[in-house]
Amino acid sequence: MKQLMSGNEAIARGAWEAGVLFAAGYPGTPSTEVLEALSTYHDVDAQWSTNEKVAFDECIGAALGGARSMVTMKHVGLNVAADPFMVFPYGGTNAGFVALVADDPGMYSSQNEQDSRYFAKIAKVPLLEPSDAREAHEFVKFAFELSERFETPVMFRTTTRLAHTRSVVESAERMDAPRRPFSRKISQYAIPVYARFRRPELEDKLNRLREFAEEYPGNVVEEGSRDIGIVTHGIPYQYVKEVAPGASVFKLGMIYPLPKRRLEQFCARFEMVFVVEESEGFIEQEMASFGILNVIGKERFTNIGELSADLVAQGLNSTSVPSDFAAQTTILPRPPVLCPGCSHRGVLGALKELGVLVTGDIGCYTLGCLPPYEAMHTTFCMGASIGNATGFNKAGEERVVGLIGDSTFLHSGLPSLLSAVYNQVPTTTILLDNGTTGMTGHQQHPGTGSTLKERPAPRVNYENLIQSLGVEHVAVVDPWDPEATAAAIKSGLDHPGPAVIIARRSCRLLPEEKAKDKVPYQVEELNCIQCEDCMATGCPALVWEGDTPHIREWECAGCAMCAYLCPVDAICQVEVSVDANH
Amino acid sequence: MPITNVLVAGVGGQGVVLASELLALAAIGAGHDAKQGEFHGVAQRGGSVFSHVRFGDRVFSPTTRRGEVDFLLALEKLEALRYAHFVREDGMILVNDHEVEPIRTADTRPYPKGAVAFLKSKGFAVRTIKATEIAVELGNHRAANTVMLGALAEQLDIPDEIWDKTLEGRIPEGLLELNRKAFAMGRERGR
Ligand SMILES: Cc1ncc(C[n+]2csc(CCOP(=O)(O)OP(=O)(O)O)c2C)c(N)n1
Repeated sequence: MKQLMSGNEAIARGAWEAGVLFAAGYPGTPSTEVLEALSTYHDVDAQWSTNEKVAFDECIGAALGGARSMVTMKHVGLNVAADPFMVFPYGGTNAGFVALVADDPGMYSSQNEQDSRYFAKIAKVPLLEPSDAREAHEFVKFAFELSERFETPVMFRTTTRLAHTRSVVESAERMDAPRRPFSRKISQYAIPVYARFRRPELEDKLNRLREFAEEYPGNVVEEGSRDIGIVTHGIPYQYVKEVAPGASVFKLGMIYPLPKRRLEQFCARFEMVFVVEESEGFIEQEMASFGILNVIGKERFTNIGELSADLVAQGLNSTSVPSDFAAQTTILPRPPVLCPGCSHRGVLGALKELGVLVTGDIGCYTLGCLPPYEAMHTTFCMGASIGNATGFNKAGEERVVGLIGDSTFLHSGLPSLLSAVYNQVPTTTILLDNGTTGMTGHQQHPGTGSTLKERPAPRVNYENLIQSLGVEHVAVVDPWDPEATAAAIKSGLDHPGPAVIIARRSCRLLPEEKAKDKVPYQVEELNCIQCEDCMATGCPALVWEGDTPHIREWECAGCAMCAYLCPVDAICQVEVSVDANH
Repeated sequence: MPITNVLVAGVGGQGVVLASELLALAAIGAGHDAKQGEFHGVAQRGGSVFSHVRFGDRVFSPTTRRGEVDFLLALEKLEALRYAHFVREDGMILVNDHEVEPIRTADTRPYPKGAVAFLKSKGFAVRTIKATEIAVELGNHRAANTVMLGALAEQLDIPDEIWDKTLEGRIPEGLLELNRKAFAMGRERGR
């Protein structure tokens, strides 16, 4: 059946058709929808794990145990899972094992721009990369075959454009992939003990994969002009076909290892060959290592940001790209904002008021680095806040707060908190318990009481958990109460040892929260003194109209953060405002 | 058939993605190859969202080139200005007569006046449609995207029954009648 599918849906469909039995991952744009789509198939056991390394280890176990398995993550997730990723190939897999890794050129929703293709080379595993949803669907099925044929994990790389573009996919039925019995060959799977023996085997396997790349039909030459030769892959292939329809194109489907002989033959036919690839010059560098040097690559196609048909045309023909009308009219930016009623607002407001140094983490609350709050001073990667706070303390900063979301805390904050306790570092951690993984679109985690398959699950008890680590000062506060929140943070900072403040209130966008009755607020224009203090909430429900603020009732969540900031009590609940006593 | 290039733009929460997905589905229903893909930042709400839809015999690039877009479907006026440079010289801009004030944290300049006049002065064929107003009258401001899609449908060669089947296949039952009406109103205003 022909269907319109995103790259991510097509990958899930392909994996299902390949008979995948177990899938695990941790959310991260643009990979998230693969696992979400897989979870809708009743015969796939799909789950969110606490982090990418855990998911990876679980999938190793499942694949060794004989079930075709898939682990999903965004590029930075592979950094977290790099340890098993590098060691698993020494053992090799039993049933098919595919690691889906989604890169984000252009950093639409990521903290860095990382070309994960290099990981495949370090780990010595084959890397496949499709160029649209149809190919993604086909390639992922092949990835499982390749994995079993060579007993190797296969890395499947996508990018944001591939993941989120919908195109036509022809789906098929699910194949039967019976469990493959595990044989207890300790000498193959107990790597630290037998790594020396496995090491030459790994090299031998890579050589066999190199041979395979020469015949793999996903590496294909599309004959065209005798004058223009282009080597490309993935999404850039589509741009090439768009702007240079007549060129001869060597399209690579397997990016590592590359088909050396075929590339040599192709490139020998042209005076110069363009290598069009997104992000770094990975293919170009590999080709250089083969001695193929008649290449024009990164000097014409930037390694910063996402490529486009325009940029590829510019690189091939030196054409120019039209720019927008910002110089001729006002094109105002729409910066990302916290939603109306966001529970993070109360904490960020209190931190701004206290003026303490805040090491941050990754999640919706990262917006606390931007105006109007600018209350968070560092953010690097998931789980970093608590360790960074400890470090600042070691450098002599006495009052430091680590700010971390609930999903992030369970992902990688926990070991850092334990380290702070163990070393008795007097930092204060604020755990933002909004009951969901907000930023990536509301995924379940061990603190939500439900699983990816929407089955009930035990809900982690943060207070008990944190106390059991040895934290003596644990307090819970409602962030919609700004005074109590500020007081709780202060008491944490005053405590001589590590302290944890749990700011607990559900994300306003959760369906159960949206369903609740709310009493919106309004600005009483007669009392308003136009001081703009309320605008410091950066709330999208609060807009400036003419010369007074105005609350869009249908958007207002009734959190009263703006009312709290109003020096003349001109912001009141709608019902109350009708009351003559007020 | 040559490729038709459409850019749909709006503010997060306005239904840019749904409108463009419906367009791609209808194009496929009419026997074309199609690709559709959206761009958005990290915010759940209030950010600028845009989505490319390309359809025809065989579509390669998932995104349109600047200066190549045949139709810009803007669900908001500032967003029409933001993406107008993608439109080809004699291309058409269909714009919802609706303003969503951006949050005033980064740039405090006032909302630009005269967006439509500016776009006309650049030589584009501009059609203004009171889509949000119509949607509110129909009982749900969120249906403005479907009103705009109806207005665009008037410019395209996709038969009515395919549009209808597309809406039926993609819109949840409870909202189907509203969206059918919104679509029909848009078609009428787009004439
Ligand atoms: C290693 C890694 N995995 C995944 C992501 C993607 N990601 C960004 S923020 C986030 C979770 C945020 O959830 P939480 O900490 O609960 O904060 P909230 O967004 O709900 O405020 C995730 C999964 C990432 N940036 N890094």
